[in-house]
Amino acid sequence: MRTVHHQGGWIIFLSFIVALMLTLIPLPDWAAYLRPEWVSIVLIYWCMALPERVGVGIGWVAGLFLDVIHGAVLGQYAMTLALIAYFTLNLHQRLRVYPMGQQALVVLLLILFQQLVLIWIKGFIGESPESLRYWLPSLTTMLLWPWLFVILRDLRRHYRVR
Amino acid sequence: MRAALLVIVSVSLMTLDHRQHHLEGIRAGLSVVVYPLQYLVDLPFAVAGWASENLATRTTLLKENSELREKQLTLQFKLQKFNALESENHRLRSLLQSSSRKWERVLIAELLQVDFDPFRHMVQLNRGSNDGVFEGHPLLDAHGVLGQVMHVSPLSSSAILITDPSHAVPVQVNRNGLRTLAVGSGDAGLLDIPHLPNNADIEVGDLLITSGLGLRFPPGYPVATVSSIEKDPTEPFATISATPLAHLKRTREVLLVWPASEEAEE
Repeated sequence: MRTVHHQGGWIIFLSFIVALMLTLIPLPDWAAYLRPEWVSIVLIYWCMALPERVGVGIGWVAGLFLDVIHGAVLGQYAMTLALIAYFTLNLHQRLRVYPMGQQALVVLLLILFQQLVLIWIKGFIGESPESLRYWLPSLTTMLLWPWLFVILRDLRRHYRVR
Repeated sequence: MRAALLVIVSVSLMTLDHRQHHLEGIRAGLSVVVYPLQYLVDLPFAVAGWASENLATRTTLLKENSELREKQLTLQFKLQKFNALESENHRLRSLLQSSSRKWERVLIAELLQVDFDPFRHMVQLNRGSNDGVFEGHPLLDAHGVLGQVMHVSPLSSSAILITDPSHAVPVQVNRNGLRTLAVGSGDAGLLDIPHLPNNADIEVGDLLITSGLGLRFPPGYPVATVSSIEKDPTEPFATISATPLAHLKRTREVLLVWPASEEAEE
């Protein structure tokens, strides 16, 4: 009965690549603190839309690359992204029927959780940022969610990613 | 289940990376995969730079040329004396039987226009271990010390700037040889000098040069000028800040310096 036919994997791959590139793009000084967690929301979207394809493992690998890009101690982003994927997978059925605003709130909570774990790890290592600006990306990521959701949904439908 | 496993793997990765630095190989491998992305992000900036060079008008080129010519003349004039001074210094040192470690070979690297964590001050270079870059490699620009290389991969490397809060440079005051540390403040244009007592002989405007202690940075290169000193008698140490001389935010080309003695050994 279950003839799950995977297709359009390259769209998923490409969306992660673009997210990593957006993480790298130089921003002016005032905007550097506002940079959304691109990889995290792309991961949240795919975990919600296609939980049988994208999950904890992909999140972990994407996080490892994010660690290298940030020049951070290896494993911190990997761990937080794996956790985000885990929570989203658990929530995905509820998340799908939520209205957009409520989805964005869940995204805010997930990113705040990620930043909490990250600041905790950074504190351990001894490089914790001492500024409240550290928390800004969770807000920008939340504001970005509706747009990203629409773009990725249209992409998924157009290319019939399953 | 898988999540729990991956969390454990991540935690052990973090401990291994942070405590023992065993994972530079893995990081180098991943960096090679990431490098094309960084290159791609940098490409528009590189193209813009190339275009502005190639589409410059004749008059601006002539103007730039004459400016550079003038600059070269003054630099050469300064160099005339420098050569004599260097050999004299060398001779005197050999008389004292103290060895002077020479840092000579220089390679120009370009910074890739990519961003890191805004709370860290790091840059990405387009040179890696294939060009002989090593961990801890000192990084300079035309005006002073910039930072040092932190992670090396075959094609690229990332460096930490002197203003990063976790970085410190051993420096000395050029006027009197007073040695201290210049610690990054996390602010792009500021270094802290936290370990000098209130009665230390240091003034606003003093030039700080690398002392060469710690064997990371070649001695005698300019680092910063002291910009403010606050002496509070109730505090054990003075609050001193300095402005880095290197153009931390504006340079695109940087210099990697090799110790000459290491070349002789090879």
